[in-house]
Amino acid sequence: MRQYETTFIVDPVLSDEEIKSTLQTYQEMLKNEGCEIVHTEEMGLKQLAYPIKRRNSGVYYCVEFKLESPSFIDKLELSLRRDERVMRFLTVSLDKFGVKYNEDKRNGLIGNRKKEDEAKAEETKEEKAPKAVADEKEVIQKVKAAKEELAAVSVAADAVANQEEE
Amino acid sequence: MASRDDIKFLSNPKIGQNRKKYCRFKRYGIRHIDYKDPDFLLQFVNEQGKLLPRRITGNSLKWQRRIAVAVKRARHLAMLPYLTDQLK
Repeated sequence: MRQYETTFIVDPVLSDEEIKSTLQTYQEMLKNEGCEIVHTEEMGLKQLAYPIKRRNSGVYYCVEFKLESPSFIDKLELSLRRDERVMRFLTVSLDKFGVKYNEDKRNGLIGNRKKEDEAKAEETKEEKAPKAVADEKEVIQKVKAAKEELAAVSVAADAVANQEEE
Repeated sequence: MASRDDIKFLSNPKIGQNRKKYCRFKRYGIRHIDYKDPDFLLQFVNEQGKLLPRRITGNSLKWQRRIAVAVKRARHLAMLPYLTDQLK
């Protein structure tokens, strides 16, 4: 059982219904094969980096699925290739890190890599912060103890001075 | 006439202190590169959309290979251009 991911670009000139039916045909095709569709991401209309078939934009879809027999990939790709509604497609097998990454992305853990790094930085700060506080407390206690000692000494000194005066 | 203090900073004091490069994937524990994230991949290509060499990005060989694969996949899906000018 391996997990795969197929991303494809649908022609944006088609009507909304046709675009959705394109997705549905492939979802049904996968279901008929008996594989589990993990997630379907609708990435929506996007600007293409270069024109494909004289189109400057495309509707992106990404389907993640688990599949027993790898031979079905060939069938899927053949039908994608024959389909005129689909401009481009790419099928990738995911390793365990890829699966985890996609899960995290769905749960909103990975929105922005910079944010992730910042979060990590904050975590490390938090770890450091309590230690610093603890250190401060120790210092304060020591200072207090020292002050008390000083006060005691000064009281004693005063007492001695008083006695001498008497 | 330039005084001695002026002469002191005529050369950039930062020249010669080049920072040590590192592989960001190893350092930050990134285990997977998403080819559907063109903004991230943009860090590894130059203005013409060509892959930057390892000596500039500092990636380890393993991750440079994976970056190359991800960029090529992104190009196929028209998320990154094959050739262009003034990408950044």
